[in-house]
Amino acid sequence: MTVAIVDCGGANLRSVQRAIELRNMKTTITNKKSDILKASYVILPGVGSADSVMSSLKSNDLVETIKNLSQPVLGICIGMHILFESSEENHTSCMGIISGKIKKFKFKDSFKVPQMGWNKVSFLDNAQKTLDEHYYFANSFYAQVSDDTRAKANYGLPFSAVVRKNNFIGCQFHPEKSSTAGTKFLDYFFKSI
Amino acid sequence: MITKRIIPCLDVKGNKVVKGIRFKNHQIVGSIVDLAKKYSNDGADELVFYDISASTEDTIVNKDWVSKIADVVNIPFCVAGGIKSLDDAKTILNLGADKISINTPALDNPQLIKSLSNEFGSQCIVIGMDIKLIEGQGYLFAKTGSEKTAYATNIKAIDWLAQVQDLGAGEVVINAMGQDGVKDGYDIELLKSLEERCFVPMIASGGAGGPRHFIDVFNETNVDGALAASIFHKNEFTVLEIKEALINANINIRI
Repeated sequence: MTVAIVDCGGANLRSVQRAIELRNMKTTITNKKSDILKASYVILPGVGSADSVMSSLKSNDLVETIKNLSQPVLGICIGMHILFESSEENHTSCMGIISGKIKKFKFKDSFKVPQMGWNKVSFLDNAQKTLDEHYYFANSFYAQVSDDTRAKANYGLPFSAVVRKNNFIGCQFHPEKSSTAGTKFLDYFFKSI
Repeated sequence: MITKRIIPCLDVKGNKVVKGIRFKNHQIVGSIVDLAKKYSNDGADELVFYDISASTEDTIVNKDWVSKIADVVNIPFCVAGGIKSLDDAKTILNLGADKISINTPALDNPQLIKSLSNEFGSQCIVIGMDIKLIEGQGYLFAKTGSEKTAYATNIKAIDWLAQVQDLGAGEVVINAMGQDGVKDGYDIELLKSLEERCFVPMIASGGAGGPRHFIDVFNETNVDGALAASIFHKNEFTVLEIKEALINANINIRI
């Protein structure tokens, strides 16, 4: 059981790796097709920008590989954004696994951009209500609430905190930085998807 | 709704956590990793590690401790001190830091903010502003890690705040130099003079001495977080005690 953490050029891979190692799972940080294909789980970590992550995936010829994966895939923050069709962040065209566009938060009232800090997340399905907690967010861009939304949060407007399409899960927050709440969310990902 | 953040700040010098009064007379208060772990377990929302030797001695922060922190905490943390280039920033972020904070190097080279923000995203880029009121006007100070090197610039806080936001800063820490380590409350007047011109998260720093000061700063200004050092390092209050007092005062806090 190996977890492939896809190296898409962004930083902060170590925190994601550490969160998974603490679960006694083997990890590999990689941009090789073969490693990703044979992994039991795949994580698209998310620090950077949508365009930098997409161009890194393209230059390693990984876009089609990722789109065709059948094992559970978790996209974190930017890693979630690139699952969508496109992002307003530098007008980036993304993988299109989930329909919809990633939009930018607009400053209004006291809602500053980026959203930075711990926000309350509400899961829509009763089975996941025990995951309703504060999670750590650091984002200027967001996914609107849609049919693929599995959990919502509010920042001046409601947005998707967790999305799911088949074996692809995306979370806008950083589970690896969300203390015990993040650990519980990763439990859910590794055990229930 | 997003909660207000309580942020212990650890001033680091030579691999130890230190704390001074008004930026002077630093004393060792403990090991970096032990304190990081303690504050994280106590419910801190975030941690800031400020290498006060780096900026003043022209060295980048010693990198080893950053990865040690990343190994023991599962909350976000920011590293400050002597980060002067994209490469410096990349090193720190790759070791597990979530954000980097720059102060003097940004004053020396404002375009650095833009290149850091373009490369890593504005959510990673924090600008530390050490400010002293001179005849009612806030001015920036540079190289504040040591009394010997600190000097006043002729840059007004209000102008610098606008400029750093234009260049892509994702957060600002407003450090009232007059209040540092004095523990008689955050500088509400200074924060209020800047808040209307701030469209990114703003963190208050300098002056925290007890729960009342946190309650006041959140009730009287719209800051997103409050940073404190001495009261936590000296075990006067735990992070949890501060948070409980804030919850009792109906302030939106994560526990």
